[in-house]
This record gives sequence, C-alpha cells and structure tokens, in this order.
Amino acid sequence: MTARTPAGRPPSAAFEYLTTKKDEFVGWARKFSLFPYPFVTACCAMEFMSVSSTLYDTDRFGAALPRFTPRQSDLLMVVGTVTHKQAPILKKVYEQMCEPKWVIAFGVCASSGGFYQNYAALAGIDKIIPVDLYIPGCPPRPEMVIDGIMKLQDSIARARHPIVNKEF
Amino acid sequence: MGTAEEVLEQVRGALAPLALGSTLAHGILVLEVAAADLAKVAQTLKTRFGFDMFLDVTAVDWPQLEPRFEVVHHFYSTRDHVRVRVKTRVPATDPTVDSLVPLYNSARYMERECHEMYGIDFRGNDDLRPLLLYEGFVGHPLRKDYPKQKEQPLVPYRK
Repeated sequence: MTARTPAGRPPSAAFEYLTTKKDEFVGWARKFSLFPYPFVTACCAMEFMSVSSTLYDTDRFGAALPRFTPRQSDLLMVVGTVTHKQAPILKKVYEQMCEPKWVIAFGVCASSGGFYQNYAALAGIDKIIPVDLYIPGCPPRPEMVIDGIMKLQDSIARARHPIVNKEF
Repeated sequence: MGTAEEVLEQVRGALAPLALGSTLAHGILVLEVAAADLAKVAQTLKTRFGFDMFLDVTAVDWPQLEPRFEVVHHFYSTRDHVRVRVKTRVPATDPTVDSLVPLYNSARYMERECHEMYGIDFRGNDDLRPLLLYEGFVGHPLRKDYPKQKEQPLVPYRK
C-alpha cells in the first residue's frame, strides 16, 4: 500500500508506516462494530430474523445490535423488494446515515428486482443508492448472509479510512 | 331459506328480466347485466336476497373485443353462504359504471384500486385518488396495452 501524502510534501517511509498502521487499526475497529439498520420490506425479513437470532447469531461477527434509526447506524441492510413508491423513503434513509456507511442488498429483489420486472418494483436498489455487497438468493440462506457479512468485514479491513481529511 | 342451489335459482328467476345472461359456474351464480342496470341489480341483491357483503370489484381487459372492459363484482350472502358474480361490459371510449358506495361502504377502496389499475370510472365515488400507485403515475398498469417493462421512477437513477 502506498501512502498518499499531503500535497507538496515528499513521501517518507515513516509517514507511510504511520498511515498504513492507522488504516489497519481503524479498519479493525470498524469491521467489528457494524451497527445495522434493517430496511425490511418483504419476505426476506424471515431470513433476517433467522440470521440475527441465536442459531446463526450475527453477534459473533460484531453486527449484533440493529439500530432503529439510520442516524445511529453505519450498515444499511435492504431486506426485500423495494417499489418505486418506496424508493424516496430508501433514498432519504440512506442520506440520513453518517459516514462511514455501507449498504448490503439482501436477497435477489434488493439486488436486481428478482422476478419483479414490472411497473411497481425498483429493479435493484443500486439504481438509486450505492451498494457495497450483494447477497443473492430468494431468500438467501443464513450461511450466505454470514458469508456476506464476513466479506464486507474483509473489505472494510482492507480499505483506507481517512479520518482527518482526504489526505490522511 | 333452502340449499345454495335453491337460493341461487330464486335470485336468477327474480333478476332474469334485468340480466343479459346467467350461468352457474363452480357454485357461483354469474349474471351479465347492462351497465345501466348494475346499481339496480346490486340494490335487489342486497335488500331482497341478503347479499350483505361486497367481496370485490375488478376488471378484465379484452383488447380484441368490443366493448373492451368487463367490470366484475362479487357479492356474498352471510345468511345463505352463497356468492353472486355480476359482469358488466363497458367500452374503452367511456369506461364508466355506477359506483356502489351508496350501497356498500367497503366498495370505496376497491373501486379506487380498480380505477387506477384499469381506468374504470365509478360514477358517484368522490375519491378516486391513487391508492397503491403514486401521484403522477401515467396510465393504467393492468391494461393489456401498458408496456410490461415500463418504469416510472420517483427517484432519478444514479449513473
């Protein structure tokens, strides 16, 4: 990984070491404290309940506590079909979340519209908000959801985490 | 009151002058009536034969036929446990039938839905705003000539 340095300053090994360690540390902290906001609209909710209850238990992965306001959460889980009529609500929920934030499209309807290709359904939430992770399935098995959460955690751990500004 | 068949035969006999045709299908009496007679038929069903429950109103789009739309009402008698289906044909140029809200309050929302999905006008229903669809939606999505893939998004798509 190469460090991006403030403009005009030559990169130094010490600076690179510092930012790399900082990103590693912040990524490690963030990946184990995901606060999901479940935007649950349809039958995938049953699998969401299953995956968050004791048998599969997303608590083990640090994604335990659903927050019921988007302002306190950093992981938006869109669970189920989103219609055109609901799209403004989803957009508003996404915009209320503070950075850093991630989005999971849970199930095939949220990912692509699934078999709803008609006047009512939005064909994939990525048409209106950016999506970090797609979990296919109608509905997805809890194991797939756990796999998805772990993949998202990996990508959070590997990502850069600017805190002070874009350069650091 | 007798068995279901006897009750339905009585209804059929009484409404024969108003009906263009009548059949028994799967234990349901099917009456075809002219649009002008719909309110009168419903009135008779409710007051004389105890069809006190308005089950549904929907429509069928027959693009090749004239008149194009078939408006289908279902009534149920909680006393005799029998159903009657009333079909009315209306043309595409003037798809209007009488509202049954004065007789059945529960018809209000079902007529709203039928109005937005098929564009049937219910004369006398004063609230035909969109129910399942949203303000600004153009067209009637359950008509056969509505394009299957057509979308009318409320939020602009990101690119």
